[in-house]
This record gives sequence, structure tokens and C-alpha cells, in this order.
Amino acid sequence: MSHPYKKRLRRSMMFLNCQKPGLIKDPYIYKPDSIMLDLEDAVAENQKDAARYSLYHALQEIDYRGVERVVRINGLDTPHWKEDIRVCVAGGADTIRIAKTESAQDVHVVEEHVLAAEREFGRPEGSTLLMSALESCKGVLNALEICKSSDRLIGIALSGGDYTKDLQTTITGTGVELQGARQQMIIAARAAGVQCWDTVFTNLDAMDVFEEEVKMIKMMGFDGKSLVNPRQIAIVHKIFTPTQKEIIFAEKVVKEIDEKKALGIGVFTVDGKMIDIAFYDGAKRTIDLAKASGVYEGDL
Amino acid sequence: MINAVGREIPEEVLKATGKKVFEGAYAYDNYEYTKAAPTVHAVCDPKRSKMVENIHEALVKCGIKDGMTISFHHHFREGDYIVNMVMEEIHNMGIKGITICASSLGKAHDPIVPMIEDGTIVGIQSSGVRGKIGEAISTGKLRDLAIMRSHGGRVRAIESGEVHIDIAFIGAPTCDEYGNMKANGGKSDCGVLSYAVVDAEYADKVVAITDCLVPFPNVPASISMVHVDYVCVVDAIGNPAKIATGAAKPTTDVRKIMMADYCTQFVINTPYFKEGFSYQTGVGGASIASTISLGKIMEERGIHMGLGLGGITTPMCNLLEKGLVKTLVDTQDFDMGAIESIKKNPNHIEITASEYANPFNKGAYVNKLDFVILASLEVDVNFNCNVVVGSDGMITGAQGGHPDTAAGAKCTIVIAPLLQGRIPAICTNVTTVTTPGETVDVVITDYGIAINPKRQDLIECMKDVKLPFKTIEELRDMAYAMVGEPDPVQFGDRVVGIIEARDGTIIDVVREIKDYEFKD
Repeated sequence: MSHPYKKRLRRSMMFLNCQKPGLIKDPYIYKPDSIMLDLEDAVAENQKDAARYSLYHALQEIDYRGVERVVRINGLDTPHWKEDIRVCVAGGADTIRIAKTESAQDVHVVEEHVLAAEREFGRPEGSTLLMSALESCKGVLNALEICKSSDRLIGIALSGGDYTKDLQTTITGTGVELQGARQQMIIAARAAGVQCWDTVFTNLDAMDVFEEEVKMIKMMGFDGKSLVNPRQIAIVHKIFTPTQKEIIFAEKVVKEIDEKKALGIGVFTVDGKMIDIAFYDGAKRTIDLAKASGVYEGDL
Repeated sequence: MINAVGREIPEEVLKATGKKVFEGAYAYDNYEYTKAAPTVHAVCDPKRSKMVENIHEALVKCGIKDGMTISFHHHFREGDYIVNMVMEEIHNMGIKGITICASSLGKAHDPIVPMIEDGTIVGIQSSGVRGKIGEAISTGKLRDLAIMRSHGGRVRAIESGEVHIDIAFIGAPTCDEYGNMKANGGKSDCGVLSYAVVDAEYADKVVAITDCLVPFPNVPASISMVHVDYVCVVDAIGNPAKIATGAAKPTTDVRKIMMADYCTQFVINTPYFKEGFSYQTGVGGASIASTISLGKIMEERGIHMGLGLGGITTPMCNLLEKGLVKTLVDTQDFDMGAIESIKKNPNHIEITASEYANPFNKGAYVNKLDFVILASLEVDVNFNCNVVVGSDGMITGAQGGHPDTAAGAKCTIVIAPLLQGRIPAICTNVTTVTTPGETVDVVITDYGIAINPKRQDLIECMKDVKLPFKTIEELRDMAYAMVGEPDPVQFGDRVVGIIEARDGTIIDVVREIKDYEFKD
């Protein structure tokens, strides 16, 4: 049976530098769905050990009040990742984010070490979830095999900075350079039944541009976005949370389809829109998202 | 004797000061008293000049002698040169036993500490002290009890005769040879001279000190020549860079912005948020962020502020410029934007500290406040605030207008992060009570918002508002769960200072600090 939290709500995944205890002590006050405690790029090369130490104690001592604790470990091409995994598992992290994943094999290697650590530290086998960051063209092209690689894998996230370097371009602000990766990844994730998150947006002075980008990735089908600042959380949640109007419409669709099905009617209208069974799953998903976001007050 | 906020005020302190214990924020309503009056030396002879060569001559002509009380204002903030300049001359003259009655003292005045140690200065009465003067008082170096008073309380103390000022030294950005003083037009502009007005009216001798002598008459004057005995021109009365800085960049600290947003959401859901409401806020990052976010909502809803009061900052002036505020009523300017605003905007006006906050006049502006947004070092489960004594027991802050505005406003909101570093800001008992909890309605922290249970009306109107409401005890418990309950600060027996309530009663005492002794 798959992990009960594998498909939980993950609209906002906020990066925090493990090298800075002040940042990791209480990020839950900003109410992100997930935090990504970073051992990788944000941590100076000679501070990896100190960051792991802070991370371990934070995981052990701090009540994150239901916020998912994801840890971004160092890449498999570094000397750090094995110890990172031991610390994550010993501390009781919910999920490990594998940097620079390029193949299903990368996930399998990490999975092996996670299992060994779970045994070493007496944690239930299979309790540590995984997610993969795709940061290269190869990784993006292998998205489907990565998505299918492990029962622990909750989804894949685009890492735009490294990916555009590999693509030999830059982040242009137009989004054109990320189009292919975004499409490829969301299609692969949905095909494999896992989640998919968009890359960070780093210009904090352009909140309006950020908002447009979030609207776009929601329309594309993404489950959420990696974030670099708590100020971005409310905007993401606003866009990813169904409006009362959407919720009421979804409720009607679900109820009507259930009723009409019993009466042997296949196609009918709700609020002037033609509805058939094809709308059922989408409407159910809206209700589920409303419930997970804590805004649903109905009885479905 | 235990007072109304549960603090033990030692009998010997009551005896030595002749003061009573605090009985409640409004216990002195309708109190009858006769105002004090200064002893005045008339200037009938039109040939007599008020100009003196230097501070020394001013002191001699004013008859400076041992044991006198002299006063200063703090409009030059951390850029002030006047206090040090005058005290240095008094020290050089070998005068002893001086009591300083200042509207506030800061780190700029660290150089007077040796004069506390050698007995030149034996008493300090101020809104508060920072830096080395605070350390000197807390470590027992001052001979007499230090008295900490609010801005309104200071006016009351002077007008009621509780403190009598022998000589007032008033730094003035511009002044004419007959003593008409203005806060602007010179090289050290400070916007207003509000705190100094009571000194001018009630001191026996008044010395105007300026670095910009202007032709007579310097009008309209903040302080009139009719109160002034002598005028002294010096090279510089202050450091303009430290008197007023450029407008602080709005904070990018997400924690402060979040608390500011909570504050704005609270404000707009009260019945007081309506056309013509009145509002005051402080100078901290969260306070300024609140003003900015409130301004946006005022604009959206077409609601105007009738009165903006108090220490003024650029964001309030911006609201005035936009036509969102009808009148700004000013007792202190915190930045260049505020100073520029009062110079050019006729709806931005200067008032005296008495008009602002004196509890013993016939009604001060603070009484007309709907909202005040304040900060605090500590808040306890009875909503008592401490803004003067650090959690390490050292005197380190000032009451300012905190108790005055809290007592006056219909809705007093205190913003404080739950933890100040490793110290819980929400606690069982504040180190020192400086503002009584009965006047504090709401505490906003980064972890949640607590409404004072005595404000059932506010609790009722927030019933359907989606903000993280908690009880104050829950907030304290969260803080203690994270960083532990701190051991109480260990003080010595000697009382070194008193915290005076607005009405002159004693709300708490400050004891000598003592090195921490570990238990075996």
C-alpha cells in the first residue's frame, strides 16, 4: 500500500537554508504546505556538516505543525549525499528531494541508502518519501521513467536555473525557455500518477509577474511551485485554492451526475453548461482541493 | 504596598518620594489641583539684550548653583549636542548635585556618565534612557531615584509642581535675539518643539540655544520670546544626519509584514474603522508596514483618516499628501519626510506635549484616538507591557507616549514578535510594568493574536474574522514551549528607579541589577 501522505496537498514548497537556524526554527508560521530544508546549493561547501547538525536537531526538536518537511540533499556527484540521507532519516524528515536526478537509476541508488538508513535508525521501512528535481535536459527527457521509478516517489520538480544552463540559454522572464520542460514534465507526472512542481521565481520586486506565472502553471496542470520567500506563499495559495464559485459549481456537477446517472441520463446542463461524465473527476478534484485547502464547508 | 497591577512598592520609596501607589489608569479622572507657577524676572527695559556670549555666561546669569534641576528636550534625538554641551560647562564650573529633567535621553548622552559617577549629576528624570546612562542607573551609580515618566506624565509633573525646573535649556533650529524659537529653517531642523513648550512655560529661567540666529521676529514661533530669558548662539546644536534620517525603507522582513497584515485586518474589522477615524502608530518596522497596508485599504474603500497623531513618519505624510488623512497633529518627527511635510503642508500641525498627552489638562489629543499601534519589549498574561527595562534587568528603553496613547485610544494594539531572540516577549510577568494591561486591548504576534478578555466587544466583532486568534496564555505557553520559561532576573535589594504612571503614582520600581548567581 502506498504511503498515506504521498498525494497530500503541496501547493507551496518553500526553500530554507539549513545553514541559518533562524530561518528553520519556525517557518510554519507562514503556513506553507511544505518546506524544503536545503543542504545543497544554499549551504557553503565547508558548512555542510554544521548545516546537517542544525537540520537534525530541528527535525527532532521542532513541531512543524503539520507542514511537510522535505530535505534537499546534495547531488549524487558530491561526497555529501550519503551522510545527508543518514541525517534526514535519523531526524525523521518526511521527504527527501534528490537534486539533479537524471534517471530512474539515480532514484534507485538513493532509495537503497534510504532503506539502509531506515533500518539503521529503526524508522519504519518505506516511511521516507522521495521527490526528484530535474535539472538537466537528460533528466527532463527521462521524466517518465523517473516518475515511475519508485513507490516512494511523490513527484518531480523543475529546477529552472540549472536546466536553462544545460539548454544553453537563460531565464528570460518570458517563460519560453521553460515551455518544453514544463509540458514534458507535467505530462509524464500525470501519466505516472505523481505530482509535479514548477521552478522558483526569484525576483521579489516583481510580485505581479510572479502572480502571472503562478496562474499560468496552474492552468498547465502543476500541483504547486517551489518558493524562495514567505511573501510568495499567499499568492500561490490564493491561485491554487478553488474559489467559492468554483466549489459550488463542482458540487452541483458531482451531485447532478450522481442523480442523473441513476435516472439513466448521460448529458444535461448545469448553470447553462453542458455536462457529462467526463466532468466528474475534475469536479471531484476541485472538491478535494477545497477540502485539503481548508475552505470546503459542504457535505460531499 | 501592592498596587493595582500587583507590584510591591516598598514603603521607603513611598516615604522618600511622597508618592502614592498606582490605583488604575483612570483613578485620577476629575482630579482637582492648582497649577504651579515659575518665578519670573521681568524684562521691562527695551534696551536690555537677551544675548549671551556662551553657555558659561548663560549659566552664570541664570544663577546656576548646586542642587538645581535643569531641563532639556529630545527633538534632536540621537543627534543632540545640547545636553552634553551644557553639562560639560556645569561640570567645569564645579557645580554638584544637579537633577536632569529631560523629555528623553539617548545614547548620544553617554558622555555625561562620568558626571553621574562624580556627583555632578545626582538625579535623572526622563521618559527613559538608553546606552550607558541606563547602565549607570541600573548598576546603582545615580545617587537619587531615577524617575521614568511618559511624555504626558512629564507635562503633568511639571504643571502640577511635582517637579520644578530651575533652568530650561532649549535647543532651537532657529531663534531671534529676543528668543522666538522655531523648529525649522536652520541647519538642524527637527520639525516641531512640542516637548519643550512646558519647559519654557514653567521653568524659572529659560535659555534658548541656537546655531542659526535669524532676524526678529522669528514667527510664527513654536516657543515665544515671552518665556525666554537668554539667547545663546553656538556652532552646532546637533548633528543633522542623526536628528532625522531619510525615510526608512519599508521593511522586507516577512515576519514584520505578516504581523502588520494581521494588524491591518484587525483594524478594519473593528467598528472604529470608519470615515474620519483617528490613528497613531510608532516608528518600528511592523508599525510602518501597518500604516502602508492600512493606507491601501483606505484608498480602496474610500475611507479617510480624520486625525493622524503623534510621532510622525513619512508613510503618514504620504497618506496626508494623497488626501487620505485630513489632519496630521505632530509632537515629534522621526524622519526628513515628516520634517519636510510640516514645513509645507498646512494640514500638518505642531502641538504641545500637553495637548498631546497630559492626563491632567482638560482633555488631550490621545483621548480622541480610535487606534494606537504600539510595540513592546514584553507583554504579560495580564496585558501589562514593559517598554523600559530589558529582559536582562537593564534600563534600556523609554515610555515615550506608550502609556498615554494606550490609556487614550479606544483600541490599543501592541505588536511584538513572540520571541525576542531566545527571550519570550509574551510571559507570565513582565520584568517591569510600564503600561497597565487594563489599557491594552490586543496583542499581535507572529504566532497569533490575543484580545484582552475585558474587551468582549472586540472578541465578538472578530468572531467571523479569519485571523489566528489565541488566548494570551496560549501565546505564552507556545513561547515557553519553544525556549523554556526563563528564570526571573535576579535584582539586588536597592531600588534605583521608579516607573511613574501617567498620573504620578508609582506603577513599578526598578531595582539595582545583580550578577546572575547559579543555584548549586
